[in-house]
Amino acid sequence: MDILFQQIINGLALGLVFALVAVGYSLVFGILRLINFSHGSVYAFGAHVVFFVVGFGLGPVLGIIVSIIVTGFLGIFIDKIALAPLRRKKSMGMAALVTTLGISNIIQHTLVLISGSHRKAFPDFYNFGLVTVFGVQISSRQFVMLGVSLILLLLLFFIVHKTKIGLAMRATSQNQKAASLMGINVNSVITTTFFMSGASAAIAGGLVAGYYQVVYPGMGFMIGLKAFAASVLGGIGSLPGALIGGLLVGIMESVAALYIGSNYRDAMAFIILIIVLIFKPAGIFGKKDVIKV
Amino acid sequence: MEKSSIFYRAELFITRRRVYFIGGLILFMLIFPLFGFSVYIMRIATVIYIFSMLTLALNLVAGYTGQLSMGNAAFYAIGAYACTLCMVRLGMNFWFSMIAGAIFAGASGLIVGLPTLRLSGSYLTIVTLGFGEIVRMIIQNWDPVTNGTMGIRNIPKPVFFGLTLTLSNNGFYYLAIVLMLIIAFFCACIINSKIGRAFIAIREDEIAATMMGIKTIHYKVLAFFLSALISGIAGAFYAPMVGYIDPNTFTFDVSSQIICLAILGGLGTMRGMFFGSMVLIIFPEVSRFLMNYRFIMYGFILVLMMRFRPQGLLGWQSRVPYRFTGKMRRDLEKDNLLTE
Repeated sequence: MDILFQQIINGLALGLVFALVAVGYSLVFGILRLINFSHGSVYAFGAHVVFFVVGFGLGPVLGIIVSIIVTGFLGIFIDKIALAPLRRKKSMGMAALVTTLGISNIIQHTLVLISGSHRKAFPDFYNFGLVTVFGVQISSRQFVMLGVSLILLLLLFFIVHKTKIGLAMRATSQNQKAASLMGINVNSVITTTFFMSGASAAIAGGLVAGYYQVVYPGMGFMIGLKAFAASVLGGIGSLPGALIGGLLVGIMESVAALYIGSNYRDAMAFIILIIVLIFKPAGIFGKKDVIKV
Repeated sequence: MEKSSIFYRAELFITRRRVYFIGGLILFMLIFPLFGFSVYIMRIATVIYIFSMLTLALNLVAGYTGQLSMGNAAFYAIGAYACTLCMVRLGMNFWFSMIAGAIFAGASGLIVGLPTLRLSGSYLTIVTLGFGEIVRMIIQNWDPVTNGTMGIRNIPKPVFFGLTLTLSNNGFYYLAIVLMLIIAFFCACIINSKIGRAFIAIREDEIAATMMGIKTIHYKVLAFFLSALISGIAGAFYAPMVGYIDPNTFTFDVSSQIICLAILGGLGTMRGMFFGSMVLIIFPEVSRFLMNYRFIMYGFILVLMMRFRPQGLLGWQSRVPYRFTGKMRRDLEKDNLLTE
């Protein structure tokens, strides 16, 4: 029983990070109805920026702050360079999707060029020993992951639901044209969204790199897919959905590793995803899109 | 001639310009080995035909039906593994194994397609992507059957009337041409039939197509099934040619490469598939010294193509939803039914 609890705690810590990455997908999808396939690579990019800054001996806090800014601007840059022209041309959805796929390739292999594709050791910052609660051992790394992701997710909810820019974002996600008629600068809303999505990816990257103590350019691929699965699971476009989906994927994965074997843990997210989509195509929290003819 | 017969469909496809183009191309492909190139070059040429089959398969789903599938490497893998296992473990002959590979791939296409094609575009994309990863993981971990990450070595070469096909006697090269032409002909027949017009209707406007009485889900599943089947054939051909397969041959990079080739050539065109495969397989081989830049280049090509020429190099400038050609055009003109 203890080992099950142990796995659930492990899954919880991982799930919150999935949620943090999933939020990045949901924010962009909510506004643009676009799956941003470059998000996984942006996440890897964020982790690498932390790694480089820490390599200069500037410490993890400064590393993450720099990474948030740089990665956030990378998000804006991607939008301005590649996606905004497609929106202006009103090209079909598949074009934007493929563009993000191409950007993902560019980012990931540029990282390979800069630092090589091998795994690099990330310093062990968050390790202050183990804590035992009711016979369950929780490492301080997990505490850091749990705490930081929870705070950040709450902050994101606060921004989206209580601030003026959040109101503008929600209005834009409802109806872009109507929002711009109401005097909302849709372009700056999109820019903010991309910044927030990049920043959350950078934090998640820094956390996970510290948790496993390893960074490599391909690190974003799997977690990006799983986080995407998580956000679809919860209902893509909804922030509580991203949280619930992330936790669900994280916990199921850890529990599956216990009962089915760790070889298949990576497949769990997709199996859950396919099952949920069959029964509830809009996801757990998702609203069914009304199709206008 | 009976309007539903396959020859009528073929005749619809054949216009004079196409006869010259395709005839010239086939002639060139047939005499290509006579120039006496090295085995290495012949292998690249054969790989081009394999990727043409894969892109033709993707084209049915993404190009004509408008549903982007990102898991075609999975069907390629299933075809390759099913064929290999039939040959190595069951001792079956290559031709039956190839059919088995195609059937397995097609069946798995149905299994994924039936539930997921009810979903709209982007969901299909992610589910196929996830499916690709699931398949790769199963192959990697099902050691007793697939030999896991070690892969399967020494896959026997096919025998054709007592002649063992190898790369050096150009057996694989000619077999690849024959397979590709059969598949291309088959695709042409499909696209020029009622089914193909239903595909295009779904691509252009799914809701309008439903209103016109097209059972969109049936046709989407059909396109997906055919795509999986053809990818399976390509995989079943690839395995004995290389003689060795392992899970790393069928990663997500292959799926994205297939998409890249198809887009470069021009989704929704047939000759574009061949052209795209040719350019993007030859270029990295020529520029092998730039190895690390290759994927960056893929990325830039995708981004720039989407920005400046989303219809591909050989796509039409203005996208005409459907162009009547050949005999059907003449029939329509005779009855004054063509308004252009």
